[in-house]
Amino acid sequence: MNRKKNQKPLGMLSISLACLTYLFLYLPIIMIIIYSFNAKESNLVFEGFSIQGYLTLFQNAVLLDSFWNTVKLAVVSTVISVVLGTLATIGMHRYRFKFKGLINGLLYIPIVIPELVIGIAFLVTFALAQMQMGFVTLVIAHVTFCLPFVIVNIRARIAGFDPAIEEAAMDLGATKRRTLTRVTIPMLTPGIISGALISITLSLDDLVISSFVYGRTMTFPIKVYGMVRGKITTDVYALSTLMIVGTIAIYAMAQFIQKHFEKAHGQ
Amino acid sequence: MEEKKVMIQLKNVVKFFGRHKVVKSINLDIYEGEFLTLLGPSGCGKTTTLRMIAGFEEATEGEIYLDDVNMEGKPPYARDVNTVFQNYALFPHMNVYDNIAFGLVEKKLPRAEIREKVLNALEMVQLEGFEKRKPSQMSGGQKQRVAIARALVNNPKVLLLDEPLGALDLKLRKQMQSELKHLQQKLGITFLYVTHDQEEALTMSDRIAIMNQGRIEQLGTAQDIYEHPVSKFVADFIGESNILEGYVTKTDDATISVRFEFGQLDGIAASEFVDEEMIYVSVRPEHVKYSQKPVKDFHLQGIIKEYIYAGSSIRMIAELPNSQEIILLCHPQDTLPATGTDIYLYWNPDKAVLLHTNEDKLYDLIEDAVLK
Ligand SMILES: Nc1ncnc2c1ncn2[C@@H]1O[C@H](COP(=O)(O)OP(=O)(O)O)[C@@H](O)[C@H]1O
Ligand SMILES: [Mg+2]
Repeated sequence: MNRKKNQKPLGMLSISLACLTYLFLYLPIIMIIIYSFNAKESNLVFEGFSIQGYLTLFQNAVLLDSFWNTVKLAVVSTVISVVLGTLATIGMHRYRFKFKGLINGLLYIPIVIPELVIGIAFLVTFALAQMQMGFVTLVIAHVTFCLPFVIVNIRARIAGFDPAIEEAAMDLGATKRRTLTRVTIPMLTPGIISGALISITLSLDDLVISSFVYGRTMTFPIKVYGMVRGKITTDVYALSTLMIVGTIAIYAMAQFIQKHFEKAHGQ
Repeated sequence: MEEKKVMIQLKNVVKFFGRHKVVKSINLDIYEGEFLTLLGPSGCGKTTTLRMIAGFEEATEGEIYLDDVNMEGKPPYARDVNTVFQNYALFPHMNVYDNIAFGLVEKKLPRAEIREKVLNALEMVQLEGFEKRKPSQMSGGQKQRVAIARALVNNPKVLLLDEPLGALDLKLRKQMQSELKHLQQKLGITFLYVTHDQEEALTMSDRIAIMNQGRIEQLGTAQDIYEHPVSKFVADFIGESNILEGYVTKTDDATISVRFEFGQLDGIAASEFVDEEMIYVSVRPEHVKYSQKPVKDFHLQGIIKEYIYAGSSIRMIAELPNSQEIILLCHPQDTLPATGTDIYLYWNPDKAVLLHTNEDKLYDLIEDAVLK
């Protein structure tokens, strides 16, 4: 009732503005999807429907290889980030120590520093340590920029904890370790999952930092970036379309899990 | 006389948080099957005492025995006590069944036995059919029942309850009070109950320990404490008291007079006070009477300031010349003098309590000052 009264009908101007905004946001994406089905390799004219782009894509061994590298990289760095992040967050929450505030604050620095700077920093560090650039250096770099996001997400959950809940578990006979596995970690799960999803998406499409430390391990974003510098072929459109679908799927999953847990936990 | 078994024994228990002495040498024996309440104002150390028994805090000095076993160094999960927390502390990711089964699962009981015990516990707290609910889908009262069932299902030697009804509204609180009391009587489990609500303590407990600033000021039954408070603090904290401050004049070995700023009491039978000692005379409102003529031995004159109607009774507020107010309980049927009337106050000397002023207070102040 109230709502209806307060909302005025949209004027023509507002409607056109809204349409323009959405067009501006989504037209390029829609164009990519349409052109991925183009029969001829052209980004100017649509010359009939075909799935040739997708077929070429799946025959491009180098591209697929880099894709698997990126998936492996995302999974490994996310697993490491989540394990480290979870333990670090629980530790920082549970124990009091000197400079806790400072250490908390330092966590945000990798989030705000330009990626370019981080990339250069890693390049210098790994060179100094005489490390061979490759998968390992990629993992280290990715964990470093994923970890803060994981911690921030888990910490958002842990902050709302009633410390009595963990005490209740111990009171009922659970040792410290059992309390961790039966109570603390399950209660953190929604934060862990959303942290992991953010970590995966960040790692999957990282171009700037990776390009400093990839050595001979070609990652997908670096490969794609290389491909589009010349002529944009249909398989790149196809690839982009698949990535759009994949990203939306991950995002939808994150939303779903969040909703599911909110309902279950009543928060 | 039958010897009662001591279930929990606190011996000279002291707790420091940093340099702040929060519990100051507590000695307390809690008997098997007893409902004992720690009652005191917020911040007096009740929760800390309970947490030391549960094992969440280590006593700085002294010993805690549970069923004759010294608990020193034992973690909470190795102590046969369970706690009901003020804000329930239910596991939000588990349903009611799993919450209640938590302790039994930790004890690795067979599934069928766990099931039977959990269902019994649910019946005991009248929550049959709620097994599948999540805590977030329950009201405060229901959550508290789950918390109680979750603790009691383990059949602990002692159940510790820290203001378990504090978050509930008045009506529900009253109902839960009597349910808890009945449950305790039925199960015969020792309850150590913490509250700052004196009425709750008076209605539920077998014995009450009144705590003040980290000490137990008085330990006894509700009636004991109400009728014979041992200090001004207790007289003030439990029920309502009119407390007059005065000086002793010894008449002979067995009788004294007490001088007040405005008035005097003569011929009081008391031998434990010395000449010129400062004391408190404490009288409950229901024991104070008034007369419009002078009364023998009572030289306490005041005027009626106002009446306050409180349903079944009327409270008369009388004012002494030093503007201290004295409260009297009157019957509505009585014909009451008009406000402003001069009256003489008196009471049955047996009903008044004479209290030493507390030298401990001074000692505490010095001790705190030295430590800080
Ligand atoms: N973990 C702690 N660290 C420092 N001081 C504490 C801690 N817990 C309690 N205190 C202090 O100890 C005193 C007694 O607290 P508590 O036992 O919770 O009182 P109560 O339960 O009677 O209200 C309070 O002054 C409180 O601030
Ligand atoms: Mg408390």
